[in-house]
Formats: sequence, structure tokens, C-alpha cells
Amino acid sequence: MTDVENDTPTHAMDLRSVIRQENRFNLADEKLCIGVSGFNLYYGDKQALKNVTMTIPEKRVTAFIGPSGCGKSTLLRCFNRMNDLIDSVRVEGTICLHEQDINVKDVNVSELRRRVGMVFQKPNPFPKSIYENVAYGLRIQGIKSRRTLDSAVEKSLKSAALWDEVKDRLHDNALGLSGGQQQRLVIARAIAIEPEVLLLDEPASALDPISTLKIEELIYELKSNYTIVIVTHNMQQAARVSDYTAYMYLGEMIEYSDTNTLFTNPKKKMTEDYITGRYG
Amino acid sequence: MNVGTVSQHISKQFDNELENIRERVLVMGGLVEQQLFNALKALTESEVEFAEGVIKKEPEVNRLEVSIDEDCTKILAKRQPAARDLRLVMAVIKTITDLERVGDEAEKVAKMAIDLIEKQGPKSYYVGINAMGNHVRNMVHDALDAFARMDTKAALRVAGEEPKSDEMYVAILRQLITYMMEDPRNITGTIDVVWTARALERIGDHARNICEYVIYFVEGKDVRHISIEQMEKEVNAD
Repeated sequence: MTDVENDTPTHAMDLRSVIRQENRFNLADEKLCIGVSGFNLYYGDKQALKNVTMTIPEKRVTAFIGPSGCGKSTLLRCFNRMNDLIDSVRVEGTICLHEQDINVKDVNVSELRRRVGMVFQKPNPFPKSIYENVAYGLRIQGIKSRRTLDSAVEKSLKSAALWDEVKDRLHDNALGLSGGQQQRLVIARAIAIEPEVLLLDEPASALDPISTLKIEELIYELKSNYTIVIVTHNMQQAARVSDYTAYMYLGEMIEYSDTNTLFTNPKKKMTEDYITGRYG
Repeated sequence: MNVGTVSQHISKQFDNELENIRERVLVMGGLVEQQLFNALKALTESEVEFAEGVIKKEPEVNRLEVSIDEDCTKILAKRQPAARDLRLVMAVIKTITDLERVGDEAEKVAKMAIDLIEKQGPKSYYVGINAMGNHVRNMVHDALDAFARMDTKAALRVAGEEPKSDEMYVAILRQLITYMMEDPRNITGTIDVVWTARALERIGDHARNICEYVIYFVEGKDVRHISIEQMEKEVNAD
């Protein structure tokens, strides 16, 4: 939040105190999943995130919206430390998954990414069979039992609303699926390893409207089991699928509120200008 | 800030569409106001032509309502407005419903006027009706003015006038009951006057509704079904 002071404690942050600081809307009834406090991120000299403070509730859909380059994808990628892969990145502040600071040295990044799964804009199935795509993460974990794998693949594909379409051709190459099916397959792959959080970076922007609706429907189904954070350029999509929405601009969290309020009566003029299409 | 604040979208076409429905509400409002004025004139000055003119023009009010409604539907379908824009479209849809009902009430008053002129009853009780008519006509005018300028203060003031029209209605009713008790032959004519007063009272309610939509549009706060004092509190909060 822009008006939160910089002196937030960097370790063992008290999530409740962050909520009190925000005091924007009632998150108090929610269980908390991710807490961000006084978070800054730099790409070399360029500051991409400026003192971001927010809490993301558990088993809800939280959407990040904002113009290109506002830092929403950057922030999303911080939640499973994808930004580690970029050399010039430097971060300050805290991000906690439940009570655990994810940026300290002794965090096992692979384990973190197992707990926080991610799906990208373009479907990126492996050039393997549908079955192997979904079973991939489990195999890496050392699970060999055929029966365990079979049931996990079926369960994941069912959760991703893809099972009925592919159950007769599980051993066909995944690249033969349509774009929308591939994206749902990737989601199935992500949930096969039972993460706690699903990060979706523009999951539907490369898909046709029907596939988009299927993904949205899927997001709605999945939120009963997972915490979902979604970045989208499509504001109507954010309005449709999310419970909470954050508007970001130039690396700052401008407004974070429950979705209904943000889209009918935003408090800040900048937010209003953006969601009504006046931002120029 | 721009009065209507419907300008400056990236899409100029969207600006035009919103500005267009806003202007057409004012056109419809002007027509309804004129209808009400003529109906009251017919009643108080026994001008049958004015009353007939009101009845003849009533379908035009209905046509405007349907047509503006259609424009709003198109905007919702094509633009998926959000925030202030969404509230404007919602306020317009609701405002024209109330305006159309004001038009209906004006027509009722006009029909009653023709009846009363034919019966040539006593006119002494027109004084109260006249005062009440002027009161609600001003309310409609000021409510439309608040709508045009998107002025919450004016809207609050006009809404605050509504209880007064209720009081006037009760006073007229009391007066008319005395007339009827004095001479039962007055009853037929007096009942028409009761209906007229009732129509005027309803018009006051519609004017207040329009003010509530103005407040909803500007402040994003729903102030329906609460007292005037609560309304003021809501508007002045934060």
C-alpha cells in the first residue's frame, strides 16, 4: 500500500497487523495465505515494485489488474520466487506463505514451487503424452506406483474439467490438443502435485471465448481447494472470477478491495479511470 | 471536474453514447415537466384544451422511455461499463421509469380536470391543490436540475421537500372530508379531487426517487428507503 510506512518488520511479520494497516475492507473474516509487507523489487537500477503491502486470503481468487508494465506479473512471480531466475533482480521486504518467510536462505525453492504452482499465458505442455504430462511432477517426486499415478492423473484431469474430453486418448501426444485443452492440461499438471496456491499469469488471454469461459468456470471450481492468484488484462474477467481485486500502477498497489466494490464504486480516481477505460 | 464526467474515455464513441442517454433523459424530463404544468393549468384554470393536449402527448413520454431503455441496453451489451459509467447507466434506467410514471400521473390529473370542468363543481378547494401542484412541479424541476448538474447537495435538498408534499396531501384530504360531510352532493366531484391530490403526492415520491439516483450516481451510495436525516448522514460521510 502506498500509505503504509516503511518501518514494517521484515521478519516474522504479523499478518493481522498488516490487515489493520490496510484497513480498506474486511479481510478479517478470511484465513490468510500470502502476506506481502513493504516489498520492493529492482531489476538492476529500475524499481519495479514499490513498497507493496497486501494480504492474500486462502481459498479465494485474488486478481491483479493494471496497465502493461505496472508490476503485476512481477509481483505474481515473487510468490514462488520465479524472479530468482533473473540475475539482476534484487528484493527488499517480506513475503510470507502462511507464517513462513519465503525469501530467507534456508527455504527449499523446489519445495516452495511445489506448494505454489504456476500457469502461464501460453499453454506449455511437455512434448509427451497427456498422461505423462500430468504424472510428470509426481514421477519427479519419486512416485512409481502405477495405481497411485493412474488415480492422481484421473483426479487432476477431472478437477481441470478435461477428463471427459481426453479419457479415451490419454496416451496421445499432448501437443495434439487444442489451445484451450492444452491450457486446462497445464492446470491439471499444476494441481496434480497438490499445491496450496495456484498462480495464473494471463491464463486465458491466448484462448478463444468459449475456452476462456471454461477456464473461468474451472477457476471458480478450483477455489474451493486452492488459493488462486490471477493476473489478467481482461478487466471483465477479473470482475467475473475474482473475490478480491488489486489495481497496480507503475509498481505501486493503488487500490486493493473486494471485487464488487472495486468495480462499482472504487475509492481512488486512478482506479476508476483505469476500469472505466479513461486511462490514457 | 466535468459536470457529467462522461467525457475523456479512450473511446470517444463511448463518451458520445453516455452523453447521449444523459441528454435524452433531460429531454424526456422537459417533456414530463411540460405535461405536468399543462395538466395543472387545465385543472386550476378550467382549460379543457390543455388537458386534451396532455392526454394526446402522453404516448410520446412512453416512446421516449422505451427508446432510452433500448440505448441503455445497447451500452450495457457493447461496453460493459464499470464504476461511474455503470452507475450512470443504472441511474438513467431508473430515472426514466420514474419520469414515465410522473407522465402517467400528469395524464391522470388532466383526465380528472376534464371531469371536473364538465361537472362544474365548486372551486374553492382548488387553492390547496394549486399550492400542492406547484410544490411537486418545482420538485420535479429541481430534481431534473440536480440530475443535469449531477449535484448531490441539490438532490438532497429536493428529496427533503418530499415530506412536505405528504403533509399537504393530508391537509387537503382533511379539508375535502369536511366538504363532503357538509353536503353529500359534493361527494362525486370531491372524490375526483382526492384522486388528483393522490396523483400529485405520488409525483413528489417520484421526484425524490430521481434525487436518490443522482446521489447513487455521484457518491456510489444507495440511499433508498431511509429517512432524510439518514440520507444526509450517508452523503456527508467521508
